Amino acid sequence: MNIPYTVEERPDTGLANGKLGIWLFLASEVMLFGALFSTYIILRVGAPEWPHGELNVWLGMANTFILIGSSVTMVMAWASLKLNDWGKHRLYLILTFVLAGVFLVNKYFEYADHVRRGELPSHSTFLAIYYTLTGLHGIHIIGGMIVMAYFMGPGARMWKTNRDQFTNRIEYTGLYWHFVDLVWIFLFPVLYLL
Amino acid sequence: MDKTGIHPGGEHAHVHTDAHGEHHEELGFWRKYVFSLDHKVIGIQYAITGLLFLLFGFTLMMIMRWQLAYPGKPIPLIGLWLGQDRAPMGIMLPEFYNQLGAMHGTIMVFLGVVPLAVGGFGNFVMPLQIGAPDMAFPKLNMMSYWVYFCGGVTMLASFFPKGGAAQSGWTSYPPLAVISPGQTLWLVGMIFLITSSLLGSINFIVTIVQLRAKGLSYMRLPFFVWAQFVTSFLLLLAFPPLEAAGILQLMDRVAGTSFFMPSGLVVSGKPLMIAGQGNPLLWQHLFWFLAHPEVYVLILPAMGIVAEIIANNTRKPLWGYKALVYSVTFLGFMSFIVWAHHMFMTGMGTTMSAFFQTTTMIISIPSVVILTALLLSLWGASIRFTTPMLFALAFLPMFGIGGLTGLPLGLAPSDIHLHDTYYVIGHFHYVVAPGTIFALFAGIYYWFPKATGRKMNEVLGKIHFWGSLICINGVFFPMFLQGLGGMNRRMYDGGAQYAHNAPLLKYNIAIGFAAWGLALFQLPFIYNFFSSIKWGALVDRNPWEGTTLEWSAPSPPGHGNFLTEPIVYRGPYEYSVPGHPRDFVPQFEPEKA
Repeated sequence: MNIPYTVEERPDTGLANGKLGIWLFLASEVMLFGALFSTYIILRVGAPEWPHGELNVWLGMANTFILIGSSVTMVMAWASLKLNDWGKHRLYLILTFVLAGVFLVNKYFEYADHVRRGELPSHSTFLAIYYTLTGLHGIHIIGGMIVMAYFMGPGARMWKTNRDQFTNRIEYTGLYWHFVDLVWIFLFPVLYLL
Repeated sequence: MDKTGIHPGGEHAHVHTDAHGEHHEELGFWRKYVFSLDHKVIGIQYAITGLLFLLFGFTLMMIMRWQLAYPGKPIPLIGLWLGQDRAPMGIMLPEFYNQLGAMHGTIMVFLGVVPLAVGGFGNFVMPLQIGAPDMAFPKLNMMSYWVYFCGGVTMLASFFPKGGAAQSGWTSYPPLAVISPGQTLWLVGMIFLITSSLLGSINFIVTIVQLRAKGLSYMRLPFFVWAQFVTSFLLLLAFPPLEAAGILQLMDRVAGTSFFMPSGLVVSGKPLMIAGQGNPLLWQHLFWFLAHPEVYVLILPAMGIVAEIIANNTRKPLWGYKALVYSVTFLGFMSFIVWAHHMFMTGMGTTMSAFFQTTTMIISIPSVVILTALLLSLWGASIRFTTPMLFALAFLPMFGIGGLTGLPLGLAPSDIHLHDTYYVIGHFHYVVAPGTIFALFAGIYYWFPKATGRKMNEVLGKIHFWGSLICINGVFFPMFLQGLGGMNRRMYDGGAQYAHNAPLLKYNIAIGFAAWGLALFQLPFIYNFFSSIKWGALVDRNPWEGTTLEWSAPSPPGHGNFLTEPIVYRGPYEYSVPGHPRDFVPQFEPEKA
């Protein structure tokens, strides 16, 4: 039994199943992070004072550029597949994976620094929302890395059997990855600058 | 989709052209019945698990009803098994009563009704009704079931650690929820259930948008599919905020944060050592942002089932199909902006109350349109009073009572009097119990022949129906009287500690008897369900002479559903078309020249 429109687009909707699926998933993610950002706003508005300058802006900024860079390499990984250039695809996918890893290492140093100074989530409402938002974002980064690792390893075999579907899968991974990047672009000013 | 492992050499097995190839494939027991990718098997798994949880949740309630009717008396039969820290000498402790209350709500809503209505009926019927060979993502479908199963196991397991299960109601309001035992496992369980719903809803929407058969435009979709479509959007967009809230409450409990904990809390005479500055109302907003759309998640699939059965048994087109579709869509949108009508008493301010009571009055309009359209569909029909039709017919007045008693709760001034009384319990149970659950029973009797190839017994079905209808009204109607008399909910002695409740206590005993009676009248259903699988009357493809696509598939349908590619030629409810020899013209029958 074959499920229709797993690879090719349905003519009247112009979509393959996976693409609609990933966009719906991202819609639910918007609601998830939307609720957390609303929480941030409500807690901040209700607080008598809000701490400033507790976070390392330079590390945060570096991480912003790292993630933006990884979004670019992710697009290149997909575009290389469209151009049938498997070697370049591997290069860019590995690069994306490495950039994501560098982001997490940076994040680790930030967390470690706070923990050393005794600034745990229970310390204040600001740190609580900081750890929750960045932690959840970090889990999303790890999730993306797991998917990329799969497509670098066992998932890569599909390129030989079904090129179009593999290319689509990389595209959907990319859409997710851009979303994770976008969340950080909101997180950075909200937590580090404002 | 690549289905290696199930279809060795799967490229040949295109169901539309090679149906026989399907039947020759041998799947092992585990892949066929346990870790199946077939939407019908997964639907039945969901349905049976959901029914078991409904029975379990009902049992919890019967233990509570004993305590309410006879406070302080040892619980008969099972009292001594409950253990010293729940019911010493069989007498229920208040903490245990609270656990039962919280878990009854959680189990009925998240583990019983939604899995049965959406996971069960949605999974089984919807792909058949749209002419799809399966769901768009079969592996994701299997995963949603098993994630739901893990959530259910977590919830059940939460009774056993020291301190017992969650005891702050299914709404889990902080600060109580943050400081009382049992809540952590509840939150973990909820995160499983939410994840399962998200995966499921994505799958449903993609399937409906992408896998409709040739000729099946949106305005030819059976109303049940529309109801599932809107429900899926509600699940997709309303559940993530509760997931966020659950994560925040988990942080409050595990990492010691104070998202929902205000400064200066004193518990049992001791100040709580927390950072403070949190906002307990924030939880209520996040919770009800999910939980009000959740009410429509409970009711819309039920309306869908009732619409199918009414059209089939009145042998008439549904009255106002388009009005139904527009109403259900409008209802879906509106359900996102009514949530704070659960919070009139929190002191959030009159401006907020005014806004939310206005939206609440507006949302009652599409509900009334739907109910009216279903009622008018009966006009002038020669009705077939089959068991599914009886349940569907009972849904109309029962849901009507539930809906109309909700209006005084939606208006802030009258809600001040009624809030937190048994009136509220009566109101929402009329919507969900004799409303939704009756519709679900209707659906079970109606689609049982499609799932098994056999009909359920009509006599046992009618005993089940009449007994349940009388008893369930005996359970819930007195609650309106108690609530109007000012009896508060959630009291483990049934309100005996307050003098003004004295004349209302007799109803607790009556409700108790109605509840045991309701339990007894489920026995014919349970027996009927299992015996009909083996001995029920054999049926062909279309035992009810229905018009929608599921009746063109074999009963039960094989993996891949249809033997030939279904093509749709007309709208879903072409019954009693003038000039036709039969009183139904199925969607899948080509026009004869």
